[in-house]
Amino acid sequence: MDRKNVSRIARKYNVYSGKLLGVLEDIQKEERYLSEETLKNVADVLDVPLTRVYSVATFYSFFNLVPVGKHIITVCMGTACHVKGAYRILEVLQDLLGVRPGETTKDGKFMPTTHDKKFTVSTARCFGACSMTPVVMIDGKIYGYVNAKNIPLILKEYGWGEKNEN
Amino acid sequence: MICNADEGDPGAYMNRNEMESDPHMVIEGMIIGAYAIGANEGYIYIRAEYPLAIERLDRAISDARAYGLLGNNILGTDFSFDIHIARGAGAFVCGEETALIASMEGNTGRPRKRPPFPSQKGLWGKPTNINNVETWCNVASIIKNGADWFTRIGTEKSKGTKVFSLVGKVKRTGLVEVPLGTPVKTIVYDIGGGATDNKKVKAVQTGGPSGGCIPDSLFDTQVDYEHLADAGSIMGSGGIVVMDEDTCMVDTAKYFLEFAVEESCGKCTPCREGTYQMHRILEKITEGKGTNEDIVLLEKLANIIKLTALCRLGQTAPNPVLTTLRYFKDEYLAHVEDKRCPARVCRSLINYYIDPAACRGCTICSRNCPVEAIDGKPGYIHIIDQNKCIKCGTCMEVCNFSAIVKLSGESIDTPFAPIPINKGR
Ligand SMILES: Cc1cc2nc3c(=O)[nH]c(=O)nc-3n(C[C@H](O)[C@H](O)[C@H](O)COP(=O)(O)O)c2cc1C
Ligand code: SF4
Ligand code: SF4
Ligand code: FES
Repeated sequence: MDRKNVSRIARKYNVYSGKLLGVLEDIQKEERYLSEETLKNVADVLDVPLTRVYSVATFYSFFNLVPVGKHIITVCMGTACHVKGAYRILEVLQDLLGVRPGETTKDGKFMPTTHDKKFTVSTARCFGACSMTPVVMIDGKIYGYVNAKNIPLILKEYGWGEKNEN
Repeated sequence: MICNADEGDPGAYMNRNEMESDPHMVIEGMIIGAYAIGANEGYIYIRAEYPLAIERLDRAISDARAYGLLGNNILGTDFSFDIHIARGAGAFVCGEETALIASMEGNTGRPRKRPPFPSQKGLWGKPTNINNVETWCNVASIIKNGADWFTRIGTEKSKGTKVFSLVGKVKRTGLVEVPLGTPVKTIVYDIGGGATDNKKVKAVQTGGPSGGCIPDSLFDTQVDYEHLADAGSIMGSGGIVVMDEDTCMVDTAKYFLEFAVEESCGKCTPCREGTYQMHRILEKITEGKGTNEDIVLLEKLANIIKLTALCRLGQTAPNPVLTTLRYFKDEYLAHVEDKRCPARVCRSLINYYIDPAACRGCTICSRNCPVEAIDGKPGYIHIIDQNKCIKCGTCMEVCNFSAIVKLSGESIDTPFAPIPINKGR
């Protein structure tokens, strides 16, 4: 994101507390990941050292430093989901999408993306939907009570299994 | 003044509910608190995983401003107070008050030594009062009904009610509010309806990654601060995860240690390196490669980390291990000595077999096995090649005749090659 747009976002924050994280989150909401250029511009606009911006961006699991696929599938690995077999859900997803288990991206995070750049698989710890475990979130939408049988149906809603549109 | 809405315990969501269904309750509590201590600035630090709660709080704060309940000269008095939202970004340790403050100041969220406590030196070096969402929510009703009303509920030392998030292998999951001092069994059986699928409840885990497991033999334990501590666990934020006979306690301990390894901020050595080593030992045990010495070492490490870590994340991270060792030693021993996982969870220690008496030769399993480990043809009893099987469990999920069994430490007789199903059986 260029300087001008970073400034536009930064202006929304009239108090300094929580500003850096807030700005990074807002940018990620628009661009889906934080590029090197973005981090530099954020450091510049907010007048904080680039090292600080970088350490913050890598410390918090919420930020992606590499581009992601069109749809982000996040598997909940929270305790309530774990006891209901979240690991198996992750495995089924990896299997269906053909991404390698345990594959990590350059920033060391577990976020494999499919070859057609349609899906990125990631994990999180609890969406607060623990009464309908196991839970998967796709692009912000929560799916409860998922299992090996209904996952393919859910994926189809997002164009899984179709020929590449490009 | 800060409202802690980071709700990091994975498996607990009472704060989310409070903020989404009645955001004004939080705001009202904070206004009263600010008035009492003379604060002018308030923040709600909320985790990014709760977008709806953020949206509703944002709206509620604007509405409160429009009504003159927030901002300068509230209701014409000389008291001024405003609330801002600060978002977290997925780091458990940021729920710890000093880490949370560091995060709000735009730093990586790492805790620091206390004292000085935030009430002495907090956000930007200023005295800061920090409390949980639920605490703030209680304020208005206590003021309205009087302290006597609140303290009548609960026990001698733990007053009032508490909201718990009852989840896991229990029939009725959800949020429950009960007087402190209510026994575990009332919550699990009377309210939760016991385990699903006619299974037996084995334990509950309370307090999240900092807490411990309480076995069913201690379900008379009253849920309050003192009695949970006596049982080796904690109240924490109020998560109660129910575990049944299909939950492996060693695997559970491993799960929490993995969490600790990932969430350790890395500042102090006992937590950063110690939890890593504990996790490695647990991995070894669940893979069936553990020894009795490993169990001794595990316990020793746990006690050292408890005493030497800097913040409570590290100090409490060994709790899941210590409580499972205390109450479920037999499960550890089964893994180590018999190479058996009694709950049939740990993959290295289980095997899938097809029961020749139940197989109908439908071929679904062999068509779905990702590694082609199942041999057979229509009308023939199918057989799993144990050397090829990766123990994913797909076959068991797809078989419509419950012909596939999962065993640990035992096996059943199966033919060496597919044979025709005896139609007369
Ligand atoms: C590792 C760690 C994580 C914590 N996470 C939370 C949390 O998610 N929410 C919370 O309210 N308090 C959390 N706390 C406790 C806070 O430090 C603090 O004690 C609490 O916000 C005080 O609120 P209360 O007295 O109203 O309960 C955590 C503490 C530690 C050590
Ligand atoms: S105990 Fe763990 S989380 Fe706490 S300061 Fe030490 S390394 Fe960080
Ligand atoms: S799916 Fe079940 S019934 Fe069908 S062949 Fe496999 S084991 Fe036999
Ligand atoms: S543990 Fe998965 S939604 Fe809470």
